[in-house]
Amino acid sequence: MNQIFFENEEGQDILSASAAEETEAVVVAPAPETEAKVMPLADAGITAALGYGVVFSGLFLLLAVISIMGAVFKASARKKAAKAAAEPVPEVPELPAKLAPGTAGELKLFDVPDKEAAMIMAIVADKLQKPLNELRFISIKEVK
Amino acid sequence: MDVLGTLKGLVTDSGFAALMKAGGWQNLIMIVIACVLLYLGIKKKFEPLLLVGIAFGCLLVNVSFFITSANGNADALFHQDMWDEFLNPDSPVYHSYGEILKHGGLLDILYIGVKAGIYPCLIFMGVGAMTDFGPLIARPSSLILGAAAQLGVFLAFFGASASGQFTGAEAASIGIIGGADGPTAIFLTTKLAPQLLGAIAIAAYSYMALIPLIQPPIMKLLTTKKEREIVMKQAREVSKTEKIIFPILVTIFVVLLLPSTAPLIGCLMLGNLWRECGVTERLSDTVQNALMNIVTIFLGISVGATTIGFRFLELKTLLIIALGLLAFCFSTIGGLLVGKVMCWLSKGKINPLIGSAGVSAVPMAARVSQDVGRKFNKNNYLLMHAMGPNVAGVIGSAIAAGFLLKVFGG
Repeated sequence: MNQIFFENEEGQDILSASAAEETEAVVVAPAPETEAKVMPLADAGITAALGYGVVFSGLFLLLAVISIMGAVFKASARKKAAKAAAEPVPEVPELPAKLAPGTAGELKLFDVPDKEAAMIMAIVADKLQKPLNELRFISIKEVK
Repeated sequence: MDVLGTLKGLVTDSGFAALMKAGGWQNLIMIVIACVLLYLGIKKKFEPLLLVGIAFGCLLVNVSFFITSANGNADALFHQDMWDEFLNPDSPVYHSYGEILKHGGLLDILYIGVKAGIYPCLIFMGVGAMTDFGPLIARPSSLILGAAAQLGVFLAFFGASASGQFTGAEAASIGIIGGADGPTAIFLTTKLAPQLLGAIAIAAYSYMALIPLIQPPIMKLLTTKKEREIVMKQAREVSKTEKIIFPILVTIFVVLLLPSTAPLIGCLMLGNLWRECGVTERLSDTVQNALMNIVTIFLGISVGATTIGFRFLELKTLLIIALGLLAFCFSTIGGLLVGKVMCWLSKGKINPLIGSAGVSAVPMAARVSQDVGRKFNKNNYLLMHAMGPNVAGVIGSAIAAGFLLKVFGG
């Protein structure tokens, strides 16, 4: 027997009349019929177009707001950069330390981009097990 | 003791015997479907975090449907009849969660979180905490792609209405599958057409998992080789302050525009604010991990519980699966077509492939844009560019859901 308990207004358990009937198989009520009917095609078309329009207008509004925010932040970043450039750079006292015997600045590159040169120098230093600033690179040339 | 009688009782009360009775074959088919879904989730890794839970919920509810005791099926894990009464305005227990708590089984109790719209919103909170909106802030025009990719939602809605099989509210719930956003689909369906929840959730998550198979052929069909090879310029760097202001601005503008989006957009943006503000790392971490995992467990198993054989095995389910696929395809097409327009307007600076990422499915859809782009140009890295439309799609599908809820939610 299937029993479904509901609570009445006094809070007592009552047995639903339909469920109290003896059944052999498990009986389940069909889904409650919705009162709403199938939408007329024209209404469905208008709703779809309107909905797509609302999504676009909502995101357009957001686009405008974010663009304004972005413009404000970009302008303030530019101002900061301009201010920093205009300020005199404080003089840094020259360091008495001796410069390393070999520097990238003295290196002559022939058809080799900076990045590749840096990589080659790092690899050479690693292979020789020597710190990079103790090595002197005179030139790097691409062999064609 | 009446040994024979006891044995006879055990046999007649067993689920095996019940499977042979009227309607039992439907549960048997659902058990097979659950096993197939488990295979897809575990072996094929189709959205396993949710699909495994949904499939096991489906299995549990269909094998335990016959649980009988002195109280009839009162010991069952899930009571579809109780939920039907819950939704019936003429019932004495209409909208009575107390009734569910008093007589419901484990899955009934867990399902309250779905019915009340709590789980999808909490998942959105986690998604917000895991999402970097930087690419969208850097290139706000991505929002247009996110809007365009909602095309499938409204075309599927129209198609479902035109089929004559569904009410407006049901058609709206089917359409939202095209948003490629599981929590949004569950949220809207629970509110508008709870009787279709199982089919819609399974369709939504299955198609999301199939995005790498569904999208590339459409992307190749609608774009030229030259367009696919376009390398996009790196977007500007977004400051921390902008990332903090963004969720607040979105909440204010979107919720004011469409108040029915408040639960989804509110939770998404709160999660994101926790991530970005820099003073709530613990909360952000909890929402991203512990809470997200707990809610995923509850959501998966309770959604799976709604797939009872007699309710699931209908012509409507097949129609939902077909319309869901159409919705996904048209959403991809919508994003790509507007991507092509933007490519033309920007004189070839925007790769239209990022348009397909406008369907939410974060970050899978963006990854597909990246993979297809790299196939045609090894030096093309579209992932970050595609993340903009991808997260815009999440906001877009929430707005679409808010609109449909406003129209059909009464």
